[in-house]
Amino acid sequence: MTELLRTRGLTRHFKVGGTFSGKRLHAVDDVDLTIEEREIVALVGESGSGKSTIARLLARVYEPTAGEIFYRGRSLAELRRRRDLLAYRGDVPMVFQDPFSSLNPAYRVKHGIMRGLILHRPDLDSAARQAEAVRVLEAVGLHPGGEILERYPYELSGGQRQRVGFAQALAYRPKLIIADEPVSMLDVSIRIGLLNLMASLREDAGVSILYITHDIASARYLSDRVAVMYGGHIVEAGPTEDVLGDPKHPYTQLLLSAVPDPRAPLDPDAVIGSGEPPRVVDPAPGCRFRARCPLAIDRCAVETPLLRELGPRHRAACHVAD
Amino acid sequence: MPLLDVQHLRVEYAAERPAVAVDDVSFTVGEGEFVGVVGESGCGKSTLLFAVARLLSPPAEITHGTVDFRGRNLATMTDKQLNVLRWRDFSVVMQSAMNALNPVATVGAQLADAMTAHGKYSRSEIAERSVEVLRLVGIDPIHLRSHPHQLSGGMRQRAMIAMALLFTPDLVIMDEPTSALDVVAQRALMVQIRELQARLGFAVVFVTHDMSLVSHFSDQLLVMYAGQVVEAGPTRTVFDQPAHPYSRGLLDAFPSVRGPRVPLTGIPGSPPDLSRPPEGCRFQPRCPVAMAECATTRPPLYPVGPARSRCLLNAPASAGPASAGPAPAGSASAGPAPAGPAPAGPAPAGPAPAGPAPAGPAPAGRVPEEEKS
Repeated sequence: MTELLRTRGLTRHFKVGGTFSGKRLHAVDDVDLTIEEREIVALVGESGSGKSTIARLLARVYEPTAGEIFYRGRSLAELRRRRDLLAYRGDVPMVFQDPFSSLNPAYRVKHGIMRGLILHRPDLDSAARQAEAVRVLEAVGLHPGGEILERYPYELSGGQRQRVGFAQALAYRPKLIIADEPVSMLDVSIRIGLLNLMASLREDAGVSILYITHDIASARYLSDRVAVMYGGHIVEAGPTEDVLGDPKHPYTQLLLSAVPDPRAPLDPDAVIGSGEPPRVVDPAPGCRFRARCPLAIDRCAVETPLLRELGPRHRAACHVAD
Repeated sequence: MPLLDVQHLRVEYAAERPAVAVDDVSFTVGEGEFVGVVGESGCGKSTLLFAVARLLSPPAEITHGTVDFRGRNLATMTDKQLNVLRWRDFSVVMQSAMNALNPVATVGAQLADAMTAHGKYSRSEIAERSVEVLRLVGIDPIHLRSHPHQLSGGMRQRAMIAMALLFTPDLVIMDEPTSALDVVAQRALMVQIRELQARLGFAVVFVTHDMSLVSHFSDQLLVMYAGQVVEAGPTRTVFDQPAHPYSRGLLDAFPSVRGPRVPLTGIPGSPPDLSRPPEGCRFQPRCPVAMAECATTRPPLYPVGPARSRCLLNAPASAGPASAGPAPAGSASAGPAPAGPAPAGPAPAGPAPAGPAPAGPAPAGRVPEEEKS
């Protein structure tokens, strides 16, 4: 497989507190992530773990504090010309979490799709644009496309709006869609349709998808590889079935045990804690999960664990795991 | 006498063509019982809660039915009568703690506000009780001086629950309290609600669109579709032997982290417009096992073992043994439906048939858990 996008030591800090507090929140620290062509990678973690920050770094909403992003072997920092940036944004569009606020309520569905087409595919004339808009809507399962184009967002259900989000992304002829919690605002019964849609986009349009979610069960359903984030670090990564079938990191184990599964009895021994995200303001060295970790040893307090190879392509950042 | 007894409740949104959001819904909640209400957006589940708590505002209106709380009908009470009961005897936890808490007041001020609105208390009593309820939900009392934005999502939601428990009510009504949380925080909150319930003995009516969430926590389950109850019964029975095709669809809608990876379909289509519901069975346009008569006949709730289901396939005539009573008959009458996957789950049919009658105080879902703990 060919590598499409790679990050090296990707880091993003934010200033917090007053102007002179000098405190920095480590949202993303030293993340290495690779996405190959036609691959679906799931980025899993709880609220505040830094997964949306990664999405925004990849979408170039934020500049990295340190580290680099390579797209098709070329560092994004080198993209200075407007045309290059535009091309990158067309290749790597983003689909947002909340379909109720990510579509402008004052415009018809047409508006967003047409804008993308005018901007990213200037070669199309107006008839071709119309045809293309209908095509992308039907590709995401909105029939008849011509009619949906004329609708306003309020006339659509949450699931349909999110499909419009994917149609907009698809209009750019993307290579990689960054989907930031695309189903978490939707009803459980609607979610699976969107997950199936993402799988079919990979099959039919050949796009790669970075699927960001806190729902590890849907990550398993959809993805080829999974990366688990905690407190700004990737703590475990590997082929989905390997990671979820044999989770090495205690946090991955915790995530798995928290998934409600009516088919299995409630695990009374599951250690859940309060589910509070870690504070990563000016963190000292050491494992960020150690306060919640049932396996923590002294070494975890002094030395930050690095990702180690624990199986074929399966890596975890834990001193204890083997 | 049950704590809460809702009978034939009907709520309409007045319009040119009135939308009946809650249509002839009946259910009871016993003392200390946990009742889950599940369904998709727009099925009327939140309207039902608001009607029970008398929080509806125009154009929504209760047009029929009774809501007996400790034998007194809430549906016909005046605001003055309600104010005596509200918060003290029953309280509500709203869906979005982000919006339900006042962003410009501290948590302490909001707790004090609720207390002074519902009784006469000295400042020290208020301070004491506020610290108590925050401890109860596992929040450091230091956060009495925090504003909502300084708390995490899970903490905000727990602060809401602390507010609801200020007067240790008999009934706490919860409207999707976990929907904004991630799985770990969600699970932690559910476990906590259950622990508090065991300690303080209040009953819970819990509304959610995620059926899997309540599977281990609720005693009774109410599945709603298009304003109607389509299936009701002990939670374990509904999960192990879902009788209604819609319940089966909901159960099959979410992927599992265990077992083989299987393609899922969810429930295609969307719920009907409540101002013009389909003729006959309301689920029929989306139903994988619909028959010709479903388009014309409105099914009533048929008894299926300890549960009830609004599906013609459960009619006693189409499956004789259904009237025989106990749970095994229920699964038999669900048998003819070809949608296999749900019953094929590793349902360890063990606890379900042993489940007592629906009115029983210890429904099946709870039994295995108590044995373990």
